[in-house]
Amino acid sequence: MTTAVSARLSSPLARRLGGCLFLALVTAVVTGPDGSNVHPLDGVKNSLLNTRVFGFLVFGLLLFAVTSLSGRTKPIGLTQVRTRLSQAVGQRGTRPTGYLLLLAIAVLVPLQLSPAAQGSLFLDVGIYALLALGLNVVVGYAGLLDLGYIAFYAIGAYTTAYFTSSVINGKVVYPLPVHSPLLLNPFFVFPIAVLIASVAGIILGGPTLRLRGDYLAIVTLGFGEIVQILARNSDPLTNGSRGAFGVPPLSLHIGGFSYTWGQDALPYYYLLLGIVVVVMIAFSRLERSRIGRALAAIREDEVAAEASGVQTLRYKLLAFAIGASTSGFAGVLYATRQFFNPETFSLQASILVLTIVIFGGMGNIFGAVLGAVVLQGLAYILRDPIPLIGFKVPDADRFVYFGAVIMIMMVFRPQGLVPSRRRKREITMSEQGMGSADSLGSGEVSA
Amino acid sequence: MSTVLEVKNVTLRFGGLVSLDNVSMSVTRGAISAVIGPNGAGKTSLFNCLTGAYRPQEGQVLFTASDDRQSQLVGKTPHKITALGVARTFQNIRLFPALTALENVQIGVESRQRSGALAAMLRLPSNRRDDRDSVAESVRLLDFVGLRHRVHEISASLPYGDQRRLEIARALGTKPSLLLLDEPAAGTNPAEKRELEGLIRRVADTGVSVLLIEHDMRLVMSVASAVTVLNFGKVIASGPPEAVQRDPAVVEAYLGAAQDEGTGT
Amino acid sequence: MSFVDQFWQLTVTGLLVGAIYAVIALGYTLVYGVLQLINFAHSEVFMLGAFGGLFAVRALLPSGNINALLSVLLVLAGLAFGAASGGLAAFALERTAYRPLRRRGAPRLAYLISAIGASLFASNLAGKEFGRDSVNLPKDLFTYNTEVFSVFGARVSSQDLVVFLVALAMLLILDRVVSGTQLGRGIRAVAQDADTASLMGVNVERVIVRTFVIGGLLAGAGGFLYAMKFNASFTMGFIPGVKAFTAAVLGGIGNVRGAVLGGLVLGLVENYGQFFLGADYTDVVAFMVLVLILLVRPSGLLGERLGRAA
Ligand SMILES: Nc1ncnc2c1ncn2[C@@H]1O[C@H](COP(=O)(O)OP(=O)(O)OP(=O)(O)O)[C@@H](O)[C@H]1O
Ligand SMILES: [Mg+2]
Repeated sequence: MTTAVSARLSSPLARRLGGCLFLALVTAVVTGPDGSNVHPLDGVKNSLLNTRVFGFLVFGLLLFAVTSLSGRTKPIGLTQVRTRLSQAVGQRGTRPTGYLLLLAIAVLVPLQLSPAAQGSLFLDVGIYALLALGLNVVVGYAGLLDLGYIAFYAIGAYTTAYFTSSVINGKVVYPLPVHSPLLLNPFFVFPIAVLIASVAGIILGGPTLRLRGDYLAIVTLGFGEIVQILARNSDPLTNGSRGAFGVPPLSLHIGGFSYTWGQDALPYYYLLLGIVVVVMIAFSRLERSRIGRALAAIREDEVAAEASGVQTLRYKLLAFAIGASTSGFAGVLYATRQFFNPETFSLQASILVLTIVIFGGMGNIFGAVLGAVVLQGLAYILRDPIPLIGFKVPDADRFVYFGAVIMIMMVFRPQGLVPSRRRKREITMSEQGMGSADSLGSGEVSA
Repeated sequence: MSTVLEVKNVTLRFGGLVSLDNVSMSVTRGAISAVIGPNGAGKTSLFNCLTGAYRPQEGQVLFTASDDRQSQLVGKTPHKITALGVARTFQNIRLFPALTALENVQIGVESRQRSGALAAMLRLPSNRRDDRDSVAESVRLLDFVGLRHRVHEISASLPYGDQRRLEIARALGTKPSLLLLDEPAAGTNPAEKRELEGLIRRVADTGVSVLLIEHDMRLVMSVASAVTVLNFGKVIASGPPEAVQRDPAVVEAYLGAAQDEGTGT
Repeated sequence: MSFVDQFWQLTVTGLLVGAIYAVIALGYTLVYGVLQLINFAHSEVFMLGAFGGLFAVRALLPSGNINALLSVLLVLAGLAFGAASGGLAAFALERTAYRPLRRRGAPRLAYLISAIGASLFASNLAGKEFGRDSVNLPKDLFTYNTEVFSVFGARVSSQDLVVFLVALAMLLILDRVVSGTQLGRGIRAVAQDADTASLMGVNVERVIVRTFVIGGLLAGAGGFLYAMKFNASFTMGFIPGVKAFTAAVLGGIGNVRGAVLGGLVLGLVENYGQFFLGADYTDVVAFMVLVLILLVRPSGLLGERLGRAA
């Protein structure tokens, strides 16, 4: 009896229908009204026992129809994969005009935006794009998971606060209770912060990476938490939860020339755009260099990589440190623009960067940037209700959606929006039992 | 005649199972030697001990590099051993499946290069030189193993015999003085076997010592100048191929194995 | 007060919290045993169990006075509903975040990431549905019952005793299940070698689901215990989750008895450490323990592998 039922339920079509309707109902709840701890079920009730649920069910049925009718996802044969792969490899060509067009958009569009949107473009899109580029080296290139990525960002920000001071209303203000005997222009803090962040990364990653790859995830998770706790509770050093106020904005003084990045967000944005472009170029060169190849080899078969002379531990550590220093660099930039306190460096921020990388496409540089633009852009736009539908995403709910994005990507499109060609190939192959696609150690997940 | 590798009293256990039992042997520099033995005799385990993949509980493995410096391989990591000059292939081919043939060989070649991350990001001259050298050397090696026409193909899409040769090219990329081949002829057809035989000879002609595991006796007899026979983890015979072939212990071991297989299937 | 004066009190609290860590740690260890993966969403299973139990008790709470018997019944109901919520959450988790990937044979990184997504989703959805303030158990559930007995001068409330005993009972039951039942044998077989187990006729899919559910039942009940002692909130899972994982690694991940030992040891170490460093740094102590154990003895106190545990 139960076997008969389960047999019927496990027919692919029924399963897909069930999945689509379930997805629709979950969507209804997620987008529906809130509950409260006094009436915990009200949110769900008001979402489901409401006419709007029919809209969602129709959406679910449509999803079912579309997924069932359009090219039923047959597993493609190996030979097909082979020919497709061989075709794909031949046609690597750079498209300079495309790049220039994108750059023109990035330069011109912000001019049309409101000052608030410009501010968000710097803080929410630009900085996160930079962070995502760095995390992409860890997750995308090295195939490792870093869940305490924001800790290095915090290190960059606090380092900046330690090394700088500003004059406000004629009084010298030190951002922290302690300060360096030698105060610097923020520009000179960049190399220091990068150095400290990468050393911290090596100290953390060195011992951990010797073990299973997935232990890095939990150790970095703990590390991120510790950094936040320390920042919060070491008042005599960090000002505790009051945070650091008084980091000067960036300024340049070369000979007679002098420029200060002031209140206006646009100059900051353009500086950041320049940095992002430079980092993109640098990291894409890295990926195509012997280092990028070695990392690919480690992802695909660590044993064979070792046997081919690749110092696997060293390369993983290198990738981890490059990620950490990018994060530290971004921290300096952030500190010179925005007040910060320990809450700035939450676990959620780390996971947000991860979401961006996953969504954009692990291992793809454009993916990282595009992920930041799309996700953060949507989050910004959806703060206000969309005309006609009235749908909006309150700040507090944002991470429900980010969580959903991560899961949906992993289930349906693990290679991301703009996949890296090499990475996508790896995922396809490892799913067919050839090689692996990460550095989390050998051994398959039992099935 | 100098030896390139000296294995002394190596014992490897997995729990109660003794996979290698007091194995001693030596490999002559510049020669082609072979390790043979029935299935499960411990041949691959021996290779794994030589390359740092396994760590034997007892014994020593002494390797003499081309500059006559001697080093103990037991306890070293695989990449260190490769850097010293011992390269290997795998019984169940282990290429980097999503990389092209060229890239696979480059991984091996580039293990000897030193330009760092910063050089790569800035495209410094050192990095550009490394890149040029690596491509040139890899193409040369692909040519050497007869895969010139496959340079840009994804390695997983290559025919089986080509994958075996690609693995050899990758191993040669690390500039070994000793090359370990684990059943290079397994699963290849007679034509490919003949080509392989030629390839192994050409490798030896370049001055690289070769130690191969092989089940195909005809191939072993024709290329190897010395053979070591393992059975149940023990060395039961060693010497020139003709002598070993006539050794009663060897005949016994193979007959026993053949009978087992006969009853087993 | 000196450490010696405080010693027994710290020990009591340490064992109490440690027992809860142990209960959660079992979920990590079981899943790690069969899949060799850290289940990053296990902390949310714990959180949902806490809410499930709490809301159930609140709904069942009569308006009048509560006597001892009623109090016991309510606690049992809370445990049952907590466990049920946890089990259900774990089942849903396996279905949505793990199974689709397993069907495809996805790389390991994908599982970690999808579990993190699930965790983010579940905790924030709980915040949306259940409010973002922390929730307490009705205070009068134990008011009639505040008598305290003492061990070497350390005060133990009966609530503490209940929490500890229930946790202990669950640990014992699980140990029996893993070592003595057919399901336990299945779990151990899959943990040792899934391919072989499958050839020997073990239904690996089913074992995996059930392993998740067992971990979920325990974590859910553990969540209720935790909420009884402290409170419940949508972010409550994270810290105990990391600590329980630490406990699992401390004992030897994949090892059932190791997880129990690890939980108790971690609870004690953390409480003693907190005495010296201050309450703000409790979590730092746990992290130090994790890093230290990974450096010194990564296979844990009792060694890894579920198969060898029982
Ligand atoms: N990692 C391991 N764990 C446990 N036992 C092992 C391991 N590796 C090898 N063995 C055992 O050691 C013995 C020798 O195996 P090995 O692979 O070296 O044999 P072989 O001579 O290469 O055989 P074949 O001709 O089939 O390749 C076998 O009994 C095998 O089961
Ligand atoms: Mg073998």
